[in-house]
Amino acid sequence: MSEGTAVMDASSAAAKRIERAPLVTNNRTMSWISDRVASCTERRAPTWWWITFTLTSSLAVVSLLCIAYLISTGVGVWGLNHPIGWAWDITNFVFWIGIGHAGTLISAILYLARQKWRTSINRAAEAMTLFAVVCAGIFPMIHVGRIWMVWFLAPVPTSMGIWQNFRSPLLWDVFAVSTYFTVSILFWYTGLVPDLATLRDRATTKIRKFFYGIGALGWRGGNRQWKHYEMAYLILAGLSTPLVLSVHSVVSFDFATSVIPGWHTTIFPPYFVAGAIFGGFAMVLTIMLPARAIFGLHDLITDDHVDKMCKIILLTGSMVGYAYAMEFFIAWYGGNLFEQYAFINRATGPYWWAYWSMIFCNVVSPQLFWFRRMRRHVLPVFIVCMFVNAGMWFERFVIIVTSLHRDFLPSSWNMFYPTWVDIWTFTGTFGIFLTLFLLFIRWLPMICIFEVKAVLPEADPHYHGHHKATIEGGGH
Amino acid sequence: MSNFFPRWANWVPLKLLLIAAVLTTVLTLGVWYYFTPKYTRVGYMPDQPAPFSHALHAEQLGMDCRYCHSFVEVSGHSNIPDTQTCMACHSQIKSTSPKLAAVKASWESGLPIQWVRIHKAPDYVYFNHAAHVNRGVSCFSCHGQINDMATVWQAEPQSMAWCLECHRAPEKFLRPQSEVFNLNWHAASPAAQLAMGTQFKKEWNINPPLTCGGCHR
Repeated sequence: MSEGTAVMDASSAAAKRIERAPLVTNNRTMSWISDRVASCTERRAPTWWWITFTLTSSLAVVSLLCIAYLISTGVGVWGLNHPIGWAWDITNFVFWIGIGHAGTLISAILYLARQKWRTSINRAAEAMTLFAVVCAGIFPMIHVGRIWMVWFLAPVPTSMGIWQNFRSPLLWDVFAVSTYFTVSILFWYTGLVPDLATLRDRATTKIRKFFYGIGALGWRGGNRQWKHYEMAYLILAGLSTPLVLSVHSVVSFDFATSVIPGWHTTIFPPYFVAGAIFGGFAMVLTIMLPARAIFGLHDLITDDHVDKMCKIILLTGSMVGYAYAMEFFIAWYGGNLFEQYAFINRATGPYWWAYWSMIFCNVVSPQLFWFRRMRRHVLPVFIVCMFVNAGMWFERFVIIVTSLHRDFLPSSWNMFYPTWVDIWTFTGTFGIFLTLFLLFIRWLPMICIFEVKAVLPEADPHYHGHHKATIEGGGH
Repeated sequence: MSNFFPRWANWVPLKLLLIAAVLTTVLTLGVWYYFTPKYTRVGYMPDQPAPFSHALHAEQLGMDCRYCHSFVEVSGHSNIPDTQTCMACHSQIKSTSPKLAAVKASWESGLPIQWVRIHKAPDYVYFNHAAHVNRGVSCFSCHGQINDMATVWQAEPQSMAWCLECHRAPEKFLRPQSEVFNLNWHAASPAAQLAMGTQFKKEWNINPPLTCGGCHR
């Protein structure tokens, strides 16, 4: 910064700030960004897309068939028994609902914190949130056994003359998850409107013009529209922010408010939220890395983006590790024999393999991200993310099944063995998730075009001439 | 870009919203009215094998409910009278009436008359007649003005909300024990009913169960 040496005025002080890496690399122009992102939806579907889509949608159908079999036959087709009344069903529910949290964190909290690097990943992460909540919503719905009675959860006046038990965390769950889904979908759609207008304006066929035209809600990009848009988006971000913390806290209450040793702990809400963000970011990377490679979006989703997400994974993974340790400490320090047994049994009992898989995947594997080299190579990042995905599923399995399988009455002690229906229903939800994601990248811009343009240096009002030092400092 | 949508399209969202609002309201009200026991059960009046008239027997002739429904005070289940009960009188009275054909046939064959059931609590509901009629709950409260019915029909919805109406405030329905089988009895005024009911509730220590297990055992 040679020109900053003359006078220590405001601009030179700004110039002295640590230079930040650009958020869009290779000096890409605005039109390049529009072209690159919009063309993903405009070109003919590539062969790989059709192959993947066939596979994932077949898998989704398998899940739906298993659900149909479950509903028509009864919950006996799952491996549930006494005392293990919850197993894969609720494990899968918590697993999927947790994954959504990264999307909300990126879209709401990082927005309010003015973290500009969120712009190129928020759209896809929010979409992932929605699809994960769709997968999550299936399980509590079907685990009730008589699914046609599931409307009992809705507080509507009925000829039974009673309300739901508002003291039950299971009911709080219904509200938490449905609020989460509603706010997420509103947030996502609001952010989509200007980009849908871009797609409408670029559209060459009547059908595309028609559908994107409807989706764009008459967006013309006028000053007043932008003003309203910014305000609406800010309000929605404000509404979503508490949801990042509340949804998974409420999910953890399903366990924490019970009296089962291993569930009845006050650490659950923060521990679940940290775990959800942890697992969510791993899933974001799991699907964004292939998407980036396939569509050649390396200039928009740069290695810096991946690096930052890895740091969040490292942070939240370590928080989760701390929570695991603290559970053991409190079990010892609390002096409750049943609690102590529950935790010793977790680590050394018949489910030791699940416990230690969880520890390895969630606590040990993310420690690789202390090393910059590891955060900047796709392969180790991808492998660690796969470990984290598996580890977060194991975490919920460990919490649910190991706490239940040792009842207060030793004569009731039992083991859980999944049936083929358990296995394929869960595997199939990945089909549902990926099918929805494939449809998303085919029909909607997977990166927020207008927000990415706003983080280009050209978007700075002072770019053309004024305050040259500031620009060269690159601190935006 | 040229206008792809014509000008009138601006009003389409508003119109759609209006239609959706109207449809939702109509649907909600429809379900509220047509899908509840108030509509689906009240007024059910099937044809019975014999044209037995409660209006004739209970009201005009003044027979007590318990002559035929003889176990109502001692049993959870209130019995439908057997053919022998009918024949106790009808072997002498109107013994040749064609209206008694089904009773006669049953008397000769020994097979019971196939009365069509009207009031049917679901199998997961436990209702005890004796517990109610011995504590000031009249037949009238659940079966309506049955002593005026030529053919029996269901007068009350008998939904869970309807049960709870009384279980939550029994003082509105309790009557003197001597008037339980007098279906024409009415309290002098709502205020009198409330005063009397409150007194009975206290004296008889009436605590209707409001827990699930009270009725769903």
